[in-house]
Amino acid sequence: MPFSLRVVSVEASLFEGDADFVLATGGEGELGILPGHAPLLTTLAPGPLRFDAQGKREEIFVGGGFMEVLPDRVTVLADVAERAEDISVERAEQSRKEIQDRLSAARELTAQEKLDMEAALAMAEARLRVARMRRGG
Amino acid sequence: MPSVRDLRGRIRAIKNTQKITKAMQVVAATKLRRAQAAVQATRPYSEKTIEVLQTTAALATEYRHPFLEQREGKRGVMILVTADRGLAGAVNTNTIRAAARYMNQNHPDQPRWVTLGRKGRDFMIRYRRDVIADASGLPDRPPLHTILPAVAVALQEYLEGRTDRVVLAYAKWISTMRQEAVVRTLVPVEIPERSADQKAPAADYIYEPDPEAVLDTLLPRYVETQVYQAVLENQASFYSAQMIAMQNATNAAGDFIRDLTLLMNKVRQATITTELMEIVGGAEALRSAST
Repeated sequence: MPFSLRVVSVEASLFEGDADFVLATGGEGELGILPGHAPLLTTLAPGPLRFDAQGKREEIFVGGGFMEVLPDRVTVLADVAERAEDISVERAEQSRKEIQDRLSAARELTAQEKLDMEAALAMAEARLRVARMRRGG
Repeated sequence: MPSVRDLRGRIRAIKNTQKITKAMQVVAATKLRRAQAAVQATRPYSEKTIEVLQTTAALATEYRHPFLEQREGKRGVMILVTADRGLAGAVNTNTIRAAARYMNQNHPDQPRWVTLGRKGRDFMIRYRRDVIADASGLPDRPPLHTILPAVAVALQEYLEGRTDRVVLAYAKWISTMRQEAVVRTLVPVEIPERSADQKAPAADYIYEPDPEAVLDTLLPRYVETQVYQAVLENQASFYSAQMIAMQNATNAAGDFIRDLTLLMNKVRQATITTELMEIVGGAEALRSAST
């Protein structure tokens, strides 16, 4: 007796159909789900999500998220995106430097160029701040 | 009186403009459909998120996540969603105006801005507002990670107690003819009430690791999803507005061409009539001279 499985991300639905078994990387370790499982809500760590659908083993990479398990239904809310934790400080710092150099090098800029650059700088700094915060630095 | 030649030139120029506006109208109509599909695609995720949020929050009642904490102050961070381009009527201006008015009224203390979209960014920078993060030049149907850093900056402000509220402004899509600027509070998070026809969850969940941890990870995602949906919906609004604006421009060009063509024909007729009169007059003069 299979259960219905749904894997959705914010951007799109990744899988919808019947499955007999799900193996997920939970926040607390791997867990396998068979039909008739007790209601469960767990966080997911980044990792593969394997499941058997109509006798075929399938695999979707999930960047974290949640899984809701009901006896006849499993829903995975998957993260696919680069999350704030993953923005590297080095990359952000480098992009900020580049833009600042360009700003000071170019004395005479049209208003539009200046706007674009200031905004790019704001963005780089925004990224950098986020990355630093995540590191607790 | 303009010459026939001038008029013909002007008509040709307007016809060229009309071709462009017509093309833009068709492109906007196509992109509108795609943008609407993108909005639809986020529904399953956000509906499920809300459902889980309702159940979990009801369970962990004494747990106060920072995002659920109400604050009294007047400081605010506005996430302003606009399009990157214009030629779409007043859709961007309306959003910017609504957002600025809201901030002036409700958050006079340290208003700060996170802009998603070039129009809003340029406006805020031109008026020397405090823009703390930006994500502009987004493609159609942008991937989530393109807006996350900017949103994270706004949320961090709240977590670290530098703002009392995070609000969101964007152009809500009502119909092809109508878009409305809306301003909505993101943080503190208000979990939507369960509607009467929705049944309560079948059973109590086993939480892994515990309801608090689930809430911790769920709340930021819920906020991000709302911003992401706003960006997509704003794109739909933008293309709707652009389609209508370009349709109006195409019609106006058509009217213009008709008027000018009429004028051109009149001028040509008048010229022919004048020439005929001259010829007849000349012939008449010659005949009376020869007799």
